[in-house]
Amino acid sequence: MSDIKIKIVDREGVLHEVDAPTDMNMNLMEVVRSYELAPEGTIGICGGMAMCASCQCYVKSDHELPEMSDDEDAMLAEAFNVEANSRLGCQIHMTENLNGLVVKLAPEA
Amino acid sequence: MIKTDILIIGAGPTGLFAVFEAGLLKLKCHLIDALPQAGGQCSEIYPKKPIYDIPGFPEVLAGDLVANLMEQIKPFQPGFTLGERAQTIEKLEDGSFVVTTNKGTKHNAPIVAIAGGLGSFEPRKPLLEDLIKFEDKGVAYIIKDPEVYRDKKVVIAGGGDSALDWSIFLADVASEVTLVHRRNEFRGALDSVDKVQHLKDAGKIKLITPSEIVGLQGKDKLEAVVIKKTGDEEEIILEVDNFIPLFGLSPKLGPIGDWGLEIEKNAIKVDNTLDYQTNIPGVYAIGDVNTYPGKLKLILCGFHEATLMCQSAFQRIFPDKKYVMKYTTVGGVTGFDGSKKEAPKAVVKAID
Repeated sequence: MSDIKIKIVDREGVLHEVDAPTDMNMNLMEVVRSYELAPEGTIGICGGMAMCASCQCYVKSDHELPEMSDDEDAMLAEAFNVEANSRLGCQIHMTENLNGLVVKLAPEA
Repeated sequence: MIKTDILIIGAGPTGLFAVFEAGLLKLKCHLIDALPQAGGQCSEIYPKKPIYDIPGFPEVLAGDLVANLMEQIKPFQPGFTLGERAQTIEKLEDGSFVVTTNKGTKHNAPIVAIAGGLGSFEPRKPLLEDLIKFEDKGVAYIIKDPEVYRDKKVVIAGGGDSALDWSIFLADVASEVTLVHRRNEFRGALDSVDKVQHLKDAGKIKLITPSEIVGLQGKDKLEAVVIKKTGDEEEIILEVDNFIPLFGLSPKLGPIGDWGLEIEKNAIKVDNTLDYQTNIPGVYAIGDVNTYPGKLKLILCGFHEATLMCQSAFQRIFPDKKYVMKYTTVGGVTGFDGSKKEAPKAVVKAID
């Protein structure tokens, strides 16, 4: 079994419970795009290089997440609407320990 | 009025390669781009990052790919209107188009090829009350003429290369430069970070970190900014003439969205069974800006789309001409500048 369940609240506040594969080298930003939970062109603009912050999200559950890289940290320092629980979706890889993850997409900026 | 055969909107890799394919057909090109330099995202977002799926290049830096494309198209002498955004399109009676930029530059061509990627890059604006009110009245997101800041009190916000570079530059121009950033750390070239440190020590740049600008004050024009230090309730009011927020750029489809083109998922629908033409005959969309069943936003797909677009453009411009595709290895490359590249002829000689 390589799918995990994650809950994503989109920018309109609608909750989606989706299956995310852990064996496809996917990150959270790509999961959002694959389910079209945010319009194309408004998320994942840089393609996942931690260089645009269009995939910023707030992590609502207390899962242990991969440590923040310097690139992600610096990008979040320049992004808007940043909260203490902000992360870039493109830097969160889908792994089995993230089963039950709850995130909310940050507003488009 | 700038006249050309194919007017290309967007000078990213796809738009640049279109110049080469058009040149082989003896069609001239002119490119418009909102950014001040060619290369699109490759130059603006990730010039130092490697790309691994350009056919024939096991690895190439995005910035080098752009430099190579510029070299490849040089013989075809493309024209450039840079730092201006294509704003309106108008069809003339002779069937050609006039595209006007936000700065009023007019371009006329029988063919328009939109290679706009994700759209034109617009500055990201911080969420501050009255920000719009003070635009051009003390607030600017792009520095066009540094002389505007001569002997002025300037505050810059941001933590990237442009915030650092402009702080360094304006330290010699403005009477006072203050740099505000949410962190103590800056992300930029090491050289720039060192220079800012040096200028700070010399008292030429004032650094307020970690902090954020939370308000703007002024009557008819900007007079002061309100700065809040992280973890500190007290607010600092700093008297300034100018506020320059430098938080990077984000692409927006922009005015092209109002040209009457069929749009789906923030992209322009095209006919992928033939030539990537849009619902407006004579207007094509190539590269990341278009969409069709199975579309992939890859540079290599953009190159292919540009090539087929040029063939179709040729037929539209010269409906009566017959054309047979020639390999560059066979036909060589004859530039508009008189240059000629061709495969060296084999030597036919007897061996005694």
